[in-house]
Amino acid sequence: MIKPELLLTDLLIYLLVAGIIYFIIYTRRHEHLRRPWRQVMSTRTGAVTLVILLTYVTIGLLDSIHFQLPLENQNNQHETHYSAEVLSVFDIIVTPLRERVEKTYSAPLAAHAYAKETIELPQGGQQRTYPRLLYGGAHLDDPATERITDIVATTLRALAVALLLWSIIIYVTAWWLSHGQQTSAAAMLQRILNNECATPWRAILVCIGVIVAILCLLTALSAKYHVFGTDKVGEDVLYQTLKSVRTGLVIGALTTLIMLPFAILLGIMAGYFRGWIDDVIQYLYTTLNSIPGVLLIAASILMLQVYMANNAEQFETVTDRADMRLLFLCIILGITSWTGLCRILRGETLKLRETDYIQAARAFGVRHLTIITRHILPNVMHIVLIAVVLDFSGLVLAEAVLSYVGVGVDPTMQSWGNMINAARLEMAREPMVWWSLLAAFVMMFILVLSANLFSDAVRDAFDPRLRKMD
Amino acid sequence: MNDPLLSVRGLQTCFATTKGLVRAVDGVSFDVRRGETFALLGESGCGKSITALSIMRLLPQPVGQITAGQILLNGENLLTLPEVDMRAVRGGRIAMIFQEPMTSLNPVLTVHEQIAESLARHKGLKGSAADNRVHELLDAVGIPAPKARAKEYPHQLSGGMKQRVMIAIALAGEPDLLIADEPTTALDVTIQAQVLELLEQLQRDMGMALLMITHDLGVVAEMADHIAVMYGGQVVEQACRDDFFASPAHPYSRKLFQSLPDMKKRDQPLAVIPGNVPSPHTRFDGCRFAPRCDAVWPLCRTEPPQWQSVNGDPEDHHNNNVHHVRCHLAAAENSAKQAALESKAGENIDSKTDIDAVTRPDDGTIANSDNTSDVTLLAVDELKVHFPIRKGLLKRTAGHVHAVDGVNLTIHRGQTVALVGESGCGKTTAGKAILQLTKATAGSICFEGDELTQLKGEALRRRRRDFQIIFQDPYSSMNPRMVVANIIEEGMQALRVGGNNSTERQARIDQLLQQVGLPTDSKYRYPHEFSGGQRQRICIARALAVEPKLIICDEPTSALDVSVQAQILNLLKSLQNRLGLSYLFITHNLSVVAYLADEVLVMYLGRIVERGTTDEVLNSAKHPYTQALLSAVPTIDTTSKKEIVRLEGDLPSPIDPPTGCHFHPRCPHSQPVCRERYPAAVQHSDSHQSLCHLFTNEKDDSEECHSET
Repeated sequence: MIKPELLLTDLLIYLLVAGIIYFIIYTRRHEHLRRPWRQVMSTRTGAVTLVILLTYVTIGLLDSIHFQLPLENQNNQHETHYSAEVLSVFDIIVTPLRERVEKTYSAPLAAHAYAKETIELPQGGQQRTYPRLLYGGAHLDDPATERITDIVATTLRALAVALLLWSIIIYVTAWWLSHGQQTSAAAMLQRILNNECATPWRAILVCIGVIVAILCLLTALSAKYHVFGTDKVGEDVLYQTLKSVRTGLVIGALTTLIMLPFAILLGIMAGYFRGWIDDVIQYLYTTLNSIPGVLLIAASILMLQVYMANNAEQFETVTDRADMRLLFLCIILGITSWTGLCRILRGETLKLRETDYIQAARAFGVRHLTIITRHILPNVMHIVLIAVVLDFSGLVLAEAVLSYVGVGVDPTMQSWGNMINAARLEMAREPMVWWSLLAAFVMMFILVLSANLFSDAVRDAFDPRLRKMD
Repeated sequence: MNDPLLSVRGLQTCFATTKGLVRAVDGVSFDVRRGETFALLGESGCGKSITALSIMRLLPQPVGQITAGQILLNGENLLTLPEVDMRAVRGGRIAMIFQEPMTSLNPVLTVHEQIAESLARHKGLKGSAADNRVHELLDAVGIPAPKARAKEYPHQLSGGMKQRVMIAIALAGEPDLLIADEPTTALDVTIQAQVLELLEQLQRDMGMALLMITHDLGVVAEMADHIAVMYGGQVVEQACRDDFFASPAHPYSRKLFQSLPDMKKRDQPLAVIPGNVPSPHTRFDGCRFAPRCDAVWPLCRTEPPQWQSVNGDPEDHHNNNVHHVRCHLAAAENSAKQAALESKAGENIDSKTDIDAVTRPDDGTIANSDNTSDVTLLAVDELKVHFPIRKGLLKRTAGHVHAVDGVNLTIHRGQTVALVGESGCGKTTAGKAILQLTKATAGSICFEGDELTQLKGEALRRRRRDFQIIFQDPYSSMNPRMVVANIIEEGMQALRVGGNNSTERQARIDQLLQQVGLPTDSKYRYPHEFSGGQRQRICIARALAVEPKLIICDEPTSALDVSVQAQILNLLKSLQNRLGLSYLFITHNLSVVAYLADEVLVMYLGRIVERGTTDEVLNSAKHPYTQALLSAVPTIDTTSKKEIVRLEGDLPSPIDPPTGCHFHPRCPHSQPVCRERYPAAVQHSDSHQSLCHLFTNEKDDSEECHSET
């Protein structure tokens, strides 16, 4: 039996997912909320970036279901011992990637190591050459002649499979859409191809096609090679970048989750009650804002490290420690970043509290708390939403910067920040190791770009000033 | 007859929206001649502003497109000009002033810089020549001390001053044509009168043509030489002023006149145009007015009417002096062959007026106003609301805004009391203080014997159900994220009225919606799905939900079109008759007051300067301010020439009101004593009272007179 392991960040992620599912159900029932979302989905940027973001989220979620595998029962003991290594569902899916560890650096798709070594020849004697890799291109007899052909052949096979899969997806989508509208799947397909649907299904399907192609390609190639090469200790860089997705998402999502209650509650209270409450809250965020954020984060992380060193027994596994540090980083980032949104919400509430419908509610003697939750909160939610989506990409980048400075996530945890940090040395050696940095950069770039474009689409749909003439 | 300066031919302007192409202006033709004032009259959404923007080629890009037609300025088609040449036309040959003077001026540039910009562009004036011209222009638009004013920034000027500066900028290029898009709608009546007079005088002096865009029949009557009425993107009637006011030919124009409230219509419901102004998305098959017309016959619904002269002369279609109309009825009236139809249509109209006549006694309004009981519902005594102005680091109180400065009023059960005054006089603040939404600084507010200023917490909450408010802007007075049922239910929940459980309350909501004339299935719709008039009905239903005794109506119709205003006024009046409500009607619109109010209080700078019955105040006003206010209101009655009292200057700041009588700096009858002390109240009759030194001095004389007689 496997032993499930519930990390703190996992728990929070589940809560967040539950919250989002509730929000989606709630939105579907309320026309005024559905309309802007439909507008987001009707723009090509919105729809395509959402598909990309969902791909990332899927990876992140798969990586958030943790457990420990039992060790093989060696001495016929009745109690099972569990491995100290905490694995996730994602780890199991990509087991080959995880386990095929080389000795040290190797370039992407290489069959030989990146540095010369002295090897013992079978017939005796020594030679200084590039040794063959343990796993990368191990199936080839003569890499020099066969490698390129093999890569091309594998690529073509993978693309053929991808094409097949894609056609199936397209047909299923058309069938599913036609089901709701009482047309034939073929007619629906025609409409999709001519881009006649309200939702830009053609763009979405093209995007899914590209994702499927990349997935097939990576699957096929990574079975025989290290697609993004390996790092100093021989770990597959592709595996590292994929594991970093969860770290990035957790930092982005949990931090906003921690920040929101502060920002919403304090911002609305300051704007609604005015007077001394306003003064206190303003004083609080002005003070907090004037402390350099990095300083505060560095101090808190160092404090946490001391605490963990003194109370080692509370943290069973390495993963536990790394997770605690990640959560703590989220909390401290959240505490330092609520001020901006709080300020905007205070301003908006100041405006709203004078509107006629709030005056009318006051004339009915409606209680303050009810006015805040029923009238003010729903009417500032669009600002919150825009801020959350915008902050998300900023936080993913902030993680990279903080890890680079040395106060980010635990060094044992895979994250883009740690990869970039390591690349500092790799870029300085000769010959240069560039693939870690590039892989981290590409993955982060796609995520942040999609998040930014998506937030643009969200802002266009929700910002009343940009709302088009009805 | 000289050639037209501007002639618009078959102008069609379309907007690309998410719901498809919308024809905002659909085949509009008219001529404007040199030196004449041409008025485009219409309600909101009829396409009059879009017409003006099309002439200037200032349509929002890329959504707005002129798809057909010609705009000829001195015979030159503006639509074919390249943008570079068009820039010389804008400001140089055609200038435009906009509705909102607050947002039309750049707040970071001085008045001088903004006028000089136009001078440099169109006249090539720079340096001292430009300075001199700026001062001349400011002088011409009646700004005192132009040299000093030129150095000021827009925020240092009042609304009326800003509009004058806008006019000066427009005049800088010495245009042949001035387009004024609702130039006075955002201004108070006394300021409006000043600006209209200025425009008229400038037009005379400079021989400009003036294209006036407005929804106000009164402004049209005072200013225009020729009038075109727009409806649904088309011109439906065109005539010279006298013809138009003497015999409006289109049923829409006729209805507009009938739906204007005034004193003569007090005892009857106003004629209403059913329904709402059509949205630009509507597709029309026949006449655009057919769905709201009471003289409609089958042809109207199927075939669009032709543009024809009222007298049936097959003359030039664009001759300004011939009365034209776009109506099947006119064709029918002209054609002897359709005499039968004519009589039928005529009957329709006659029977309608008959119905009005019949409903008059039924309605019981007269009876009801007599029924106004003597039970005092609300008594406000010496109410003061002062807002402290805080300055400096420690927020020391540096002064007070005397928003309301000693107001007394009483409202009896079933009575309508109107509080009249210009914006900034404190009438809305007084209303909010009575509702306990703003804390009163001093004075007492006594509602059925309870002193409201002393009530706290639960006791105040219980009292709140007795007085409610209806706001001016129906667009901002409802939470856009709640459905109608929840909006109406909110007060019932908070005050625990209208049944304890949800089903009882839902039944009550249905009943309320019917009461205000809305279908019950509108319950689950959002406010944005309704038009302005319908929203105002929902607001009334919301207020009625808690069964109040007093409703404070804060300019409830000023954001609405004339035809919709009549519907709301009728509704308010019939609700009063049925439910015995009292209204405190806060407004600046004197014609609404004349139609609705029993008693009128005129407020100036936080104090009431005159009070009396509607008849006393409106027909024999004593206080010079009331007289000025009355004479500033543009009337459609072009025959009777009233005595014109024009006020100089603007409303003084309530932070530092003038010494003595607040009105003396603007008063035409100012005496030395006015500067020294505030006048005491003078009774003119049992109910009529004013506060003016003119009568404190006269009082002795008149008493002597009385004793002699």
